[in-house]
Amino acid sequence: MPIEIPKEKWTGKVRVVTLGATAAEGGTRTRVVTVGGQACMPFLHFEHPTPHPPVLAIEIKSRPPTDWSPILMETWGEAIRNPATWAAAAEAAGAEMFVLWLTLEDTPEEATQAVRAVLGASGLPLAVFGPGQAEKDNELLVAVAEAAKGERLLLGICEDKNYRTIVATALANGHLVSARSPMDVNLAKQLNILITDMGLPADRIIMDPTTGALGYGIEYGYSVMERLRLSALQGDSMTQFPMLVTVGFEAWKTKEAKVGEGVPASWGDWQQRAIDWEIGTAMTLIEAGADILVLRHPESVKRVKAAITELMTA
Amino acid sequence: MALSGIQIYKLLPQTNCKECGFPTCLAFAMKLAAKQVELSACPYVTEENKAQLAESSAPPIRLITLTGGAGKGAGGEVKAGNEVVMYRHEKTFYNKPGLFIRVQSAESVAAAEAYKVNYVGMDLTIDGFALEADSPTAMAETVQAVRAVTKRPLILISQNPEVLQAGVSQLPGEKPLLCGADASNWENMAALAKTCGCPLTVRAESIDGLADLTEKIKAKGVEDLVLDPMTAHLGKSLALYTQLRRLALKNTRSVGYPILSFACNATDELAAASQAIAKYAGFIVLSEFRPELLYALLVLRENIYTDPQKPIQVQPGIYEINAPKPESPVLVTTNFSITYFAVANEVEGAGLPAWLVVCDAEGMSVLTAWAAGKFDAERIAKAIRGFDVASKVSKKRVVLPGHVAVLSGELEAELPDWEIRVGPREAVDLPAFMKQALN
Ligand code: B12
Ligand code: SF4
Repeated sequence: MPIEIPKEKWTGKVRVVTLGATAAEGGTRTRVVTVGGQACMPFLHFEHPTPHPPVLAIEIKSRPPTDWSPILMETWGEAIRNPATWAAAAEAAGAEMFVLWLTLEDTPEEATQAVRAVLGASGLPLAVFGPGQAEKDNELLVAVAEAAKGERLLLGICEDKNYRTIVATALANGHLVSARSPMDVNLAKQLNILITDMGLPADRIIMDPTTGALGYGIEYGYSVMERLRLSALQGDSMTQFPMLVTVGFEAWKTKEAKVGEGVPASWGDWQQRAIDWEIGTAMTLIEAGADILVLRHPESVKRVKAAITELMTA
Repeated sequence: MALSGIQIYKLLPQTNCKECGFPTCLAFAMKLAAKQVELSACPYVTEENKAQLAESSAPPIRLITLTGGAGKGAGGEVKAGNEVVMYRHEKTFYNKPGLFIRVQSAESVAAAEAYKVNYVGMDLTIDGFALEADSPTAMAETVQAVRAVTKRPLILISQNPEVLQAGVSQLPGEKPLLCGADASNWENMAALAKTCGCPLTVRAESIDGLADLTEKIKAKGVEDLVLDPMTAHLGKSLALYTQLRRLALKNTRSVGYPILSFACNATDELAAASQAIAKYAGFIVLSEFRPELLYALLVLRENIYTDPQKPIQVQPGIYEINAPKPESPVLVTTNFSITYFAVANEVEGAGLPAWLVVCDAEGMSVLTAWAAGKFDAERIAKAIRGFDVASKVSKKRVVLPGHVAVLSGELEAELPDWEIRVGPREAVDLPAFMKQALN
């Protein structure tokens, strides 16, 4: 007798969220990105088709990074001197969108200038993240949001300390927010409630549950994401958002990625190890439900993209 | 199906003789149902009932153990199976999937055999080797060559039972994994597995095909089986492995066995092996020895298989690094293993002597503990006093992690006779800081 394959009967579904707006929608993007829509755990096509595969973003900075691994600096070369050239290089490397990460040194004018430069250099959708200090984030992101009105930018980092300002400016200027909470199902949910309570439509929210790199707490991020996704499928409306993870940021700050000398021989080839570290982190989180992965190295983008294509076919 | 306490009670002698150490048969039955005692504690169960009880208490995924030339104990065994959940947060994953390297040449075996990498104080290694040969003589020779270099458990690969037989005969007292049986050769493979007592893989592309084979082979008296679903395709294997785990947890006995993954056949070995680790493989075969790939996979395996209820931690206390002297610096950190080793390895690797004060932060990282109120000025001061750091040093100066620079003012108030310094944020930058800023 043939064995019956057990299928989960979920009642909930992840919301579909679109980033970027074309001219017809009031923006200037030539392409948009759509994520979400899953009605089962990742890539279980026998249960439910996966309407939108995970999307790969490449992280670029408003000014040349000072603490990046030499491997990354060498790979991007001169491109890092200018967000516009960097964006063009990232697009050529296979980015489906960009995350422009601003720094503490940026003034609001410089930040908007960088955003304009990137928008001008490529038609891909854009996320703009502040340096991660609530007040500075507010100052920079409000300026950026106003300058890029109607583009459906993804604004981050929107967390419990500053969500009011970020959400208000997203509301006023037609953008989305990336809601970040520190690796906790209830905190993520609570932040989403606060944001929707302010009137931001739920299809303009992405959640960033925070993650750790391989070897540096990935297991916490992994399980929180699995739990958030399960809760979404079980019908909890306030967890039914696509998830973004800053894989490159986490993986490339590890010693494994940053340091080539004076490390154990058993760590293997530095270049290969550093890239493997980013890919290993990314692939593991994709299995847990990541929808947008922010990466740093072109080789990771290439390989993770190929892996996603394979995951999308059954 | 698992039986309830009452159902078990009905299968016991019901004489309340107390020999099992419990006052009544019912009390014993309840403990059995909770899997807290072994059935063998009761000497009076009939053979017939024993079989029924054993079947019901069997774990949903059979535990399969491979042994190598060193026998049980350190590095000599690899276990897979006995898992009870789909998601690690529901309880934990228990038996880390064994990582096997496919034998290409004698040199690569020696390198892989010697491979050892330290992660948070643990030495991680590969588990064994997988070897393939196309004739009995070739198999015997390869096994001999490999055994000259390593005692780790082996996976022997051939579709021909005679070839496997030739390998097994070189491995007295060991239990290699025989790989394996398929629809065409299963009878002879089952006979071989039965005589040598080794676990056997069954190969089929579909779940029905796998179940059909395990049923037939089990009927021949071979119980130690491993499933080989014949795919390294990321999409297909994710679906198949998930279905197999689900079915097994729903007590579908015919697929209640660990899964063997040939990640070595994948387009991207790292992607496939990472998936296999997180999503349900019991044994994983890699194509070659590549240290950077192995390191990433060994770490991932530790991470995924950590018990989510217990962060890995070290004992709070004062740790001596590179034989510190009274004038050596005092550094503070938390007792989360990853944090402790990040700092300790850095300082030790740079050859710098230091006193490392590890505070009891309930096993949390610096920022997590700080945010949770488990790593504050009061706790740090308590540790400094509690471990009597002052009696060991000539210079009362303590270095805080850069991430908690905000604590320095409060700590000054707590430890008025100490100089409080703020170190760099990341441990990688500690040696440079110690050389330049501390003297
Ligand atoms: C994994 C993790 C967790 C895990 C816990 C892991 C653990 N056992 O500690 C879980 C999921 C349980 C968790 C929970 C929480 N977390 Co948490 N968590 C993280 C995460 C992702 C990684 C932490 C980690 O393991 N880092 C690796 C270790 C090695 O880093 P480390 O200890 O800092 O050590 C480094 C340096 O500090 C330095 N160093 C260490 N010691 C020393 C000593 C000296 C002298 C020097 C110079 C340097 C030095 O060297 C190390 C390597 O460079 C971070 C975010 C991130 N990606 O970093 C958030 C993070 C730390 N968590 C955060 C928060 C807020 C929390 C919660 C309070 C949330 C909540 N309310 O539930 C809880 C608190 C726990 C509780 N209430 O029980 C915040 C802290 C925010 C802040 N800046 O204050 C963070 C930064 C996330 C964020 N961006 O919001 N968390
Ligand atoms: S030893 Fe067996 S018969 Fe005796 S009390 Fe225990 S369960 Fe009952």
